[in-house]
Amino acid sequence: MRRNGPLTLIFHTLFVIVMAAPILVVCLVAFTPEGFLSLPTNGFSLRWFRAIGNYPEFIHAFWVSLGLGALSSFLALLFAVPAALAIARYRFRGRDALAALFLSPLMIPHVVLGIAFLRFFTSAGLGGSFAALIIAHVIIVFPFALRLTLAAATGMDRTVEMAAVSLGAGGWTLFRRVTLPLILPGVISGWALAFIQSFDDLTMTVFLAAPGTETLPVRMFLYIQDNIDPLVTSVSACVIAVTMTALILLDRFYGLDRVLAGKGDTGR
Amino acid sequence: MSMAADERNGRAPWALAAPALMLFVGVLLIPLAMTVMLSFHDWGQYKGIEPVFILKNWREIATDPYYAEMFGRTFRIAILTTLLTALLGAPEAYILNRMDGRWKSFFLLIILGPLLISVVARTLGWALLFGGNNGLVNKLLMSAGVIRFPIPFMFTETGMVIALAHVMMPFMVLSVWAALQRLDPQIENAAMSLGAGPITTIRRIIMPQIMPGVLSGAIIVFSLSASAFATPAIIGGRRLKVAATLAYDEFLNTLNWPLGAAVATLLLVALVLIVVGSNALIERRYAEVFR
Repeated sequence: MRRNGPLTLIFHTLFVIVMAAPILVVCLVAFTPEGFLSLPTNGFSLRWFRAIGNYPEFIHAFWVSLGLGALSSFLALLFAVPAALAIARYRFRGRDALAALFLSPLMIPHVVLGIAFLRFFTSAGLGGSFAALIIAHVIIVFPFALRLTLAAATGMDRTVEMAAVSLGAGGWTLFRRVTLPLILPGVISGWALAFIQSFDDLTMTVFLAAPGTETLPVRMFLYIQDNIDPLVTSVSACVIAVTMTALILLDRFYGLDRVLAGKGDTGR
Repeated sequence: MSMAADERNGRAPWALAAPALMLFVGVLLIPLAMTVMLSFHDWGQYKGIEPVFILKNWREIATDPYYAEMFGRTFRIAILTTLLTALLGAPEAYILNRMDGRWKSFFLLIILGPLLISVVARTLGWALLFGGNNGLVNKLLMSAGVIRFPIPFMFTETGMVIALAHVMMPFMVLSVWAALQRLDPQIENAAMSLGAGPITTIRRIIMPQIMPGVLSGAIIVFSLSASAFATPAIIGGRRLKVAATLAYDEFLNTLNWPLGAAVATLLLVALVLIVVGSNALIERRYAEVFR
């Protein structure tokens, strides 16, 4: 007997409803035609999506988040790909410690990272700058970029590389023409997951962002602190749409459970 | 240089990892060390931060009952959140695992997807559902006859635990899910064929095998809940402070950075000790499962 009984199915249904409810309610309220928070009972309206246009700080924050996410994920990969190759291919003393250090931003609370970066960048004279945000985001997305690249590098067929070497390819050519194309799916998925992490981070970024470098989550958070109105739900609905698109692409190309479970972990 | 030759070269892995290593030492380890240092500095309303070595902030945290209450609340919320995710997430992972392929991946997407959706948006959803005394949740519960008077969710620990449990649930489901993947379905069938009922099978066969998954999920959920910021800040409001929101206040409102650094350092040390300690316990207890 491997079937789920009626009681378990009721539990499952309630569970799924509760998991989806907060996200659905945000998306529904975003379409309200009223001037206050309410579920759209008399017709759907796009007025609160149009209203975003009147708040340039949200638009600006969106571009900051987008640029920050794209750039910091790319930079993280520049560091992570060679590091992943080192960890995947060599057995050397200090390998485990190195892997642990590279994955440590997952363990350290983001509030602690935010404070540490605020202190550090303020002393370095970079407080509130976009450069400081980029460097901080490279650190927090690094583990995600590393894990997926590592999984690809570990599962790679080395014989293709050996064939290329026997044909005279070496160094940079070998990497660019053989190794990189082989690990590319892992690298791209690593970039996408890193992008989502950067795009969504609030806790660390809230310490570093200054007016002008506020990211979308920070702008939304500060807005909610003052008041909750339908405007912030329509902004949230847009954010959810962006993330869902990235999510569906990730699922299609790589498999969501593989991405999230981080298979090919260095642990153990 | 060829890759084959690299493998005999002891320096090659270090050369490859060097840029990342320098980045981590320069922009992670040094700032963390600076934060620990900062917690020993002095601070005054008018003089600002004074780089001296004193125990003032640590003494204040140790003696002022406000901090004991705040850390108590932080860990109480984290423990309740962990229990709630374990009690609901583990059965759900088990149910999911028994579903057919297509339904399984559909529901997995619904349950794990929120993991990647902005915490601000998800918490906003809960704020809308709770919304004062005539929020949707209260209306639903009252019309269903479950409660007679509205339960205050906003600005209460109850609301914080519910919203946090929702935010953390995917981690628990994932962790139990991973444990279930290692489980041989034939064992369950064997138990049934030997006359064990469904409850006995779950209690004696399934539970012991997914326990490591539940526990490692619990460690993740606990450490993330204890250091959560967005959900406690939005649902808890300005009055119900937890460690992360208090540190935020000290840094960006009061500007007493040394005290904020001490709160953050204490949180970090406490979490590292709890996580490393319970990991070691679990791995010793379930050594055979991890092999």
